Amino acid sequence: MISLNLETDSLLAMEIGSISTRALLFDTVEGRYRFLAAGIAPTTANAPLHDVSEGVRLAMDQLQRITGRKFISADEQLIMPSTPLGEGVDIFASTISAGQPLRILAIGLLDKVSLDSIRHLVGTINAHIVRTISLNDGLRAESQIDAILQTRPDVVIIAGGTNQGASRSVLNMVNALGMALHLMPEEIKPEVLYVGNESIAENVSSFLEPLTHFWMAPNIRPTLETELLGPAEIKLTEIFRKIQTRKVLGVQELDTWSGGKLLPTSSAFGRVIRFLSKVYDVKKGVLGLDVGASATTVATAHAGQLRVNVVPQLGMGVGLPSLLDHHKLEEITRWLPLEVPDEQVVNYLHNKPLYPASLPATQEDLAIEQAVARTIMRTAFAESQPGFPQDMPLVGSHYLLDPILISGSVIAQAPSLAQSLLMILDGIEPVGISRIILDKNNITPALGAAASLNSVLAVQVLDSNSYVNMGTVVAPIGKARHGSSVIRVKVQYDTGQENAVDVKFGTIKLIPLPPGRIAQLHLQPLQRFDIGMGGRGKSGRLRVVGGTFGVIIDARGRPLTLPKSPERRRELLNSWYRALKV
Amino acid sequence: MLAPIFHILPLTTIRRRRVLPVNGKVLVRAGQKVTSREVIAETLLTPEHITVDIARGLGVAPKRVAEFLERAIGDEVAQDGILAKRSGLTSRVVRAPQAGRVVAVSGGQILLEITNQPYKLRSGMPGDVASVEPERGAVIETTGVWVQGVWGNGRLNYGSLTNIADNPDHVLTPKDLDVTQRGSVLLAGHCFQAACLDEAAEIGLKGLILGSMAPNLVLKALNMPYPIIILDGFGPQAMNSAAYTLLSTNVSRETTVNAQPLDHFLGQRPEIIISLESTQGGRVPRDIDKFAEQQKVRILRAPHTGKIATITAIVPGLTRFPSGLRLPAADVELDGGKKTLVPLANIEVLG
Repeated sequence: MISLNLETDSLLAMEIGSISTRALLFDTVEGRYRFLAAGIAPTTANAPLHDVSEGVRLAMDQLQRITGRKFISADEQLIMPSTPLGEGVDIFASTISAGQPLRILAIGLLDKVSLDSIRHLVGTINAHIVRTISLNDGLRAESQIDAILQTRPDVVIIAGGTNQGASRSVLNMVNALGMALHLMPEEIKPEVLYVGNESIAENVSSFLEPLTHFWMAPNIRPTLETELLGPAEIKLTEIFRKIQTRKVLGVQELDTWSGGKLLPTSSAFGRVIRFLSKVYDVKKGVLGLDVGASATTVATAHAGQLRVNVVPQLGMGVGLPSLLDHHKLEEITRWLPLEVPDEQVVNYLHNKPLYPASLPATQEDLAIEQAVARTIMRTAFAESQPGFPQDMPLVGSHYLLDPILISGSVIAQAPSLAQSLLMILDGIEPVGISRIILDKNNITPALGAAASLNSVLAVQVLDSNSYVNMGTVVAPIGKARHGSSVIRVKVQYDTGQENAVDVKFGTIKLIPLPPGRIAQLHLQPLQRFDIGMGGRGKSGRLRVVGGTFGVIIDARGRPLTLPKSPERRRELLNSWYRALKV
Repeated sequence: MLAPIFHILPLTTIRRRRVLPVNGKVLVRAGQKVTSREVIAETLLTPEHITVDIARGLGVAPKRVAEFLERAIGDEVAQDGILAKRSGLTSRVVRAPQAGRVVAVSGGQILLEITNQPYKLRSGMPGDVASVEPERGAVIETTGVWVQGVWGNGRLNYGSLTNIADNPDHVLTPKDLDVTQRGSVLLAGHCFQAACLDEAAEIGLKGLILGSMAPNLVLKALNMPYPIIILDGFGPQAMNSAAYTLLSTNVSRETTVNAQPLDHFLGQRPEIIISLESTQGGRVPRDIDKFAEQQKVRILRAPHTGKIATITAIVPGLTRFPSGLRLPAADVELDGGKKTLVPLANIEVLG
């Protein structure tokens, strides 16, 4: 039973990642919610246990040792609500990204219309499309049946036809799916989600419902020009929850503890990004990027419009060898600040998936890992851009993003925050003015999951020092000679003190402004550079709040270009790193 | 902290549940002895279908087709066998274009499942059938040597074990290979030359056991007709001493190389099994453990990749490594006596 006492509710959130399980405790301190502590244990969803419960128990044990607070009763039950003795918690939330990605079969009329919309929908969770069937294939009915049978998907999603639009072709494909379902053994029948032409939804439902578990949501492509993913996302999340509770032991219990509201980690992460887009400057979009072990999630939102794209097989563990299918090795090695033979990098890409939980102990291994992280961020960010919300503000071809929220152990747990910041700047290449927020404790999914249970908690924690405010980046864009000044920055501190600095093209410069301190900035781009304040050469004023690195003037240009000479490139990378040392 | 385990065991009880992904036919019985390549169950996993338009063939309306059918759902039919027949002055016959089974009749059409090659589930290791699961498969059990690897090319075979690696650092060259090794499983160290893989196929090897392999050979290795198993990883690294010592003392024994791909979720690893006649069943291996002193471990990452060591102490708190990361760690003694610190995340317990 969920307590509704918003004043005092404490929250225990459980995040089941592919490598680690985190138990996160939130409670009120001096009248405001704070993140208090985390217990971390290996995830036990995989062999040999195939049951998340052991990882959950170990993470809770650790949290219990850290906080001295008891969460589990003698009969192994979660103590909820909390007792007057201070045991247990009032609400519980849970997210999961562990387990194999869902296998999706996408059926649509046209590749570039309905199948594209299914791709956007599937991108919101950890899933991959293993097969598509559309009119473009020109397959006969029996070949469609065979394709469905051979694919053996977890979920079939059918889209196609605008409302009142094409119906016969959709029904023909539904008919082939029905035949295939009829031939499938009961134990491997997939969930079927229909999100196509609503005028034939009743026919489709009455035909498929007796054959399998059938779901329906409003048309994701009601007209050729519009895409409506929200209701279908909710249904797909329900399907995800159903399949995960069936496939992975222990998930059912977590779902029960969280009142049937267990969420995919990516959905919970996206909720927070959408929330931020509602409270921050509507002239910019909000970006959230989470580099995980098995997938990378890119969430973008603008004025409440959210797009989430989970890129499966693009993480710091599995799928690394395939990076070389899409990138030249130099695209990774150019980020190495020290000399590492190419062979060692290639070997790393093949060996890390064998031991995805292993960590770099040497400087070389760390340099490779951080170079790979940059490549993954750049790849995921670039791949996701075609699906960004419409009307996201741009400067030229660059999106204006503020704030940028980053999570993922490889970045958040880097040995120094300067390394974290440089990876973010290199991986995203923000332009204009952006605040950079680091989720050092990976609490964002927990807040997203908790938002529907206690919105006050989510808002207050987001506003607290539970996140690392890295500072405000000012990144002017334009063309100039290296070493020539491209921006003049005047700072007026809240103490009345003033400072002015010219920043040269190709460099990074820090302007100190400690966390919590406030300053007025006057930014004057030179050489017709653009800082997103109304056009080339347009200057402007803004009020900034300090962060770990104060104000970061990233005048390296966009896109970043690096010298071809390995020695000069390493020297430059190290000079940028030195510039961030505070 | 939970410790991952990898198995290099001289005598153990190995038990495998081998089942079809969907129902099918089990071909073995409890107590039966099987070889590693023996088919223990089969099913039609990827059926193909064709539709036969009966209504058009007979020249009748689709709703009247049922009156003329000669085959019901589930019936087998040979190629050219009669599916439907209309007698009378204008008699017509519709025949099966291929042999198959009638699986559906709808809209005046018959859906015919074509008889094709069934999916064959092999035992994967030599042993006894401990039990049978009707329509799904069986549990196979044996005692013997068990060595797990980290990468496999998906093939399975067995043969007599031949050692051409005089030490764990051995680098395989084409000169190491000749026709006298035909039909054998080779223990061979590190491989970085594509020519070695081709030569091994040419002479008819039944399996290749490597400590490590150059990553650029992955695609070629996947296309080789014989199983290739890598025990430690990619790039030039010696075979771990525990596996090398154990395997090199089992030369000439029948050795099964099951080079199934690594699957973290299922806990499936490529493996080598050498069945041994033993009056005592070996101990059942542990699947999970906690880090503790005196455990033998294998180091997974630089700077001591692939080395076998013994934990001498679990270091309390966090330890800073040259990378700058602060991590839970253990003091270990490498084979040879050198002492070092390793992150717990970078070791597996030898179980």
